[in-house]
Amino acid sequence: MATQNTTKVARAMMAPSVIALLIWMIVPLAMTLYYSTLGYSLYNPISTPFVGLDNYTYFLTDPTFIAALTNTLVLVVGVLIITVGGGILIALLLDQDVYGVNVVRLLVIAPFFVMPTVAALVWKNMMMNPVYGVIGQAMSGLGLAPIDWMTDVPLTSIIIIVAWQWLPFATLILLTSLQSLSADQKEAAEMDGAGALSIFWYITLPHMSRAITVVVLIQTIFLLSIFAEILVTTNGGPGSQSTNITYLVYQQAISFGDIGAASAGGIVAVILANIVAIFLIKAIGKNLDA
Amino acid sequence: MGKIQLQSVTKAFGGVKVIPDLDLDIENGEFVVFVGPSGCGKSTLLRLIAGLEDTTSGTISIDGKDATHLPPAQRRLAMVFQSYALYPHMSVRKNIAFPLKMAGRNKQEIDKRVDNAAKILNLADYIDRRPGQLSGGQRQRVAIGRAIVREPAAFLFDEPLSNLDAALRVGMRLEISELHQRLKTTMIYVTHDQVEAMTMADKIVVLRAGNIEQVGSPLELYTKPRNTFVAGFIGSPKMNLMGGSDAKSHNADMIGVRPEHIDLSQSEGQWKGEVKVSEHLGSDTFLHVQTSDHSEPLTVRAGGEFPVHAGDTVYMTPQQDKIHRFDGKGLALR
Repeated sequence: MATQNTTKVARAMMAPSVIALLIWMIVPLAMTLYYSTLGYSLYNPISTPFVGLDNYTYFLTDPTFIAALTNTLVLVVGVLIITVGGGILIALLLDQDVYGVNVVRLLVIAPFFVMPTVAALVWKNMMMNPVYGVIGQAMSGLGLAPIDWMTDVPLTSIIIIVAWQWLPFATLILLTSLQSLSADQKEAAEMDGAGALSIFWYITLPHMSRAITVVVLIQTIFLLSIFAEILVTTNGGPGSQSTNITYLVYQQAISFGDIGAASAGGIVAVILANIVAIFLIKAIGKNLDA
Repeated sequence: MGKIQLQSVTKAFGGVKVIPDLDLDIENGEFVVFVGPSGCGKSTLLRLIAGLEDTTSGTISIDGKDATHLPPAQRRLAMVFQSYALYPHMSVRKNIAFPLKMAGRNKQEIDKRVDNAAKILNLADYIDRRPGQLSGGQRQRVAIGRAIVREPAAFLFDEPLSNLDAALRVGMRLEISELHQRLKTTMIYVTHDQVEAMTMADKIVVLRAGNIEQVGSPLELYTKPRNTFVAGFIGSPKMNLMGGSDAKSHNADMIGVRPEHIDLSQSEGQWKGEVKVSEHLGSDTFLHVQTSDHSEPLTVRAGGEFPVHAGDTVYMTPQQDKIHRFDGKGLALR
């Protein structure tokens, strides 16, 4: 029971952590906002004049920005489709009661433990290299012309690599959801004349809707900021074919030494993430209600 | 239509035989109750009939046709689960309509039959709610509604009332009995509650460890139990079973007398004992009496109020024509 007294004490006790958290979040955000209004080049850091919104104008009218925005969205949506679709299928398989399923579950989860840079390098050099890569070798063996993944289809390659990393997460969440579906419901549907596909569509899928929503929301947050995979594989190229917003911000800051434009890009990325979040919550947030 | 026959049906899970070998005929329109203690195989038997489990051997036929290997949906049986197993993301209307939709019926027919079922079960007021917004009794009715729209050959009930509170249970018991009167469809009902069995059944099947101990009408089981297990299981409170000199004087290894067939007196009688516990219900008085002749206390029922309390001495006389006699194997002697 919360009396007035305990409420006061609770507020006092919580204050330090709340204040620490606010500083932790607000200081970097305020600094970024501040830098985004300065003409701040690493090549001439002595002079940092106030330029107003020039950095924003520069960043938003940069032709690469539109390409990066499109790439970001394609990357997020592509990975979501593969991980949710594939996750449901693998979860259905792992939900079967077969010998050794525990070992298989562990193996399926394994990619999640591999750090992004390592995963991307392994994919780039051992899987997708047209000469030495497993895929290239297999295609050559079949008499097909091997694909030069990183040059010909750079964004698709990155989608594949990132999807491989996130598939275990989606599978795991969806599997736990699947396991909480009561056998009675499936049996009732079976007695009601529903076949395997109907049971999946009318019983299993609606039951998993909440877990699917969680997977989509969490993954979107992380997928909007994919960076390491791009850095170690394509460097955003060729051209800007695999540059996303995060990578563009990095390029502004490190390659071009333009801290002002990079800060403006950072703020744009925050706003973009919020737009996506609002859109997602509107679209599928109702699934989270009990 | 709903005549169900089981012929030498057995069921084993791994090496464990749950149902050793069982024959049973269920006539069209009968209300059959499977009753027995927990783990006696009654639910397994129901699931075998439903087709949710495969028989290990033997045949199940429905309306004369072999249904042993038919999938559940093609047996034309409807089942009401203990957990109700409603589809939580569908409204009451969609829940009830689901089997019809799966059968590919057209929209008008579905609406008509759902409305009809809703009317029979008084569901009309909350037809657009979801199961999560309903009380236990209402959910139960939705589950029954989902079963009746299919117009099945037989209804299967798997302990449908065990999740309800006592008052609601009595009400739903009546509703299910009325439903049976109205629909005249075969119903198979599984319960561990012998009161439900006695009040609802046309025919009771008493099961123990997968074996049928006795089949008969409620009164048959009450008046002529075939063995000590049935005698002890049917009737509430339980029949008093006693061996020793009491049994010898009736040429039996064991005799049984129901609590309601013992006359009580405060002055004289065959057995003298001390009241351990007295339960005064107003309409009845139940006494638990410890005698010097018997190791277990005897349970005695007196109609109306019988003014004794713990520690008092009472005298008891069994009604001679109501004594059940059993042999050394526990089988009834007639």
